[in-house]
Amino acid sequence: MIEFKLPSLGADMDEGTLLQWHVKPGDAVKRGQVVAVVDTSKAAVDVEIWRDGVVDELRTQPGEKIPVGTVLATLREMGETVAPARALTTPRHPVSPSARRRAQELGIDPDTVSGTGAQASVTLADIEAEARVRGAVSPVTVSVAVSSSQASAPDRQKEMRKAIAAAMSRSKREIPHYYLSETIPMAVALAWLQQRNEGLPITERILPAVLQLKAVALALRRVPQLNGFYRDGAFWPCDAVHAGVAISLRGGGLVAPAIHDVAAKSLEQLMRELADLVKRARAGSLRSSEMSDPTITVTNLGDQGVESVFGVIYPPQVALVGFGKVAVRPWVEVSELRALPLVTATLAADHRVTDGHQGALFLAELRTLLQQPQTLIDAPGTLANNRGMST
Amino acid sequence: MTTYRQTLEEAVVAALRAIAPELEPDALEPQLPLRNQVDLDSMDWLNFLISLHERFGVSIPEADYAQLVNLNDVVDYLQARLR
Repeated sequence: MIEFKLPSLGADMDEGTLLQWHVKPGDAVKRGQVVAVVDTSKAAVDVEIWRDGVVDELRTQPGEKIPVGTVLATLREMGETVAPARALTTPRHPVSPSARRRAQELGIDPDTVSGTGAQASVTLADIEAEARVRGAVSPVTVSVAVSSSQASAPDRQKEMRKAIAAAMSRSKREIPHYYLSETIPMAVALAWLQQRNEGLPITERILPAVLQLKAVALALRRVPQLNGFYRDGAFWPCDAVHAGVAISLRGGGLVAPAIHDVAAKSLEQLMRELADLVKRARAGSLRSSEMSDPTITVTNLGDQGVESVFGVIYPPQVALVGFGKVAVRPWVEVSELRALPLVTATLAADHRVTDGHQGALFLAELRTLLQQPQTLIDAPGTLANNRGMST
Repeated sequence: MTTYRQTLEEAVVAALRAIAPELEPDALEPQLPLRNQVDLDSMDWLNFLISLHERFGVSIPEADYAQLVNLNDVVDYLQARLR
């Protein structure tokens, strides 16, 4: 028997209201099929099933308000006709209270996770690692369906504004931010990019924002304390960089869904994924893993012409990197005044985890990497310091 | 009577509206900068040019972006290359 649970959709979603089932007991379902619509503070969400099976029982009724992790329905395997009695109970390991709480938030049954703590107990780190593994295989895919939204557009706007306000108020209340800024010459990177793009069809062109995104991911190898989550009074670093990309929505509001494992991907792949993500974010169809697991946020407001961004960290992340407009400005290099394209990169970071010194190291590394665009083409996938949460 | 240029302009505006559905075609000033009026970021701009490429087969190199400031520029550019 497979339990189908309400997944988490990020820091600001802890419950939802089931609006509608699209299936009934006995229906065969295919992986990716939309089986239910759940309303959240942000949007009406089309919940897709993550595997093939046959619906056994619907455990939640339309109109019910349910916390994240609630079993919505049970499924049988294809061909499994009778619900089998549980022949053997799997041996249970102790589960730490923080792990149990986090597991519930993530919709993970802690008894299905193998523990690495004392007496094989399941620790918070085990749950986080499991969540990342499941995120990678997309256990449940959820799309925010603006079109199927029950609420009218102004209501949705209001709800999204409320959700953003709640997350940002929490950020400003809980996170002692510090801010750093660095001017970075972009002449070398842009010349390299221009040369690269020149010979290629328009569909294969790469935007400067992609170079910046990749450089952020690689610079985090130097300062991995900026990449991860702050939870239960402690910092939980992540090996992979899942960069939340701030995308403004037409008509107002924004989302910052993740591009997964940015450091391990080529510029071409990052460009494709960014284009796809922007398109889907604006069409209102995002997946739960994209919504729930960014390890850092990158925001680029240069297109709007601002010089620098002083960002508000999206909890439970611990840093946000901002880029302003790339503009030709005066620059002195080896006592010589030149006109160069420059960009201001900023870092907003969490003082509970890092100090200005580490933040400065990060920005210096970012500047260095952007002077060597060839190092951004492909690079080892994980952070240099293997900090072992998912190992 | 609809001229060839008007047909081109309609197609360009349609490509813009695919990216910015809130755009009112009548509100677009053909002599004012396009990207400000329609709030196109660099990804939107690229997608706009890709859709023109798909529609007309005209590939616009990055070096020519600077010529394409307003709607008239874009239509002129296409017209010159579709002769």
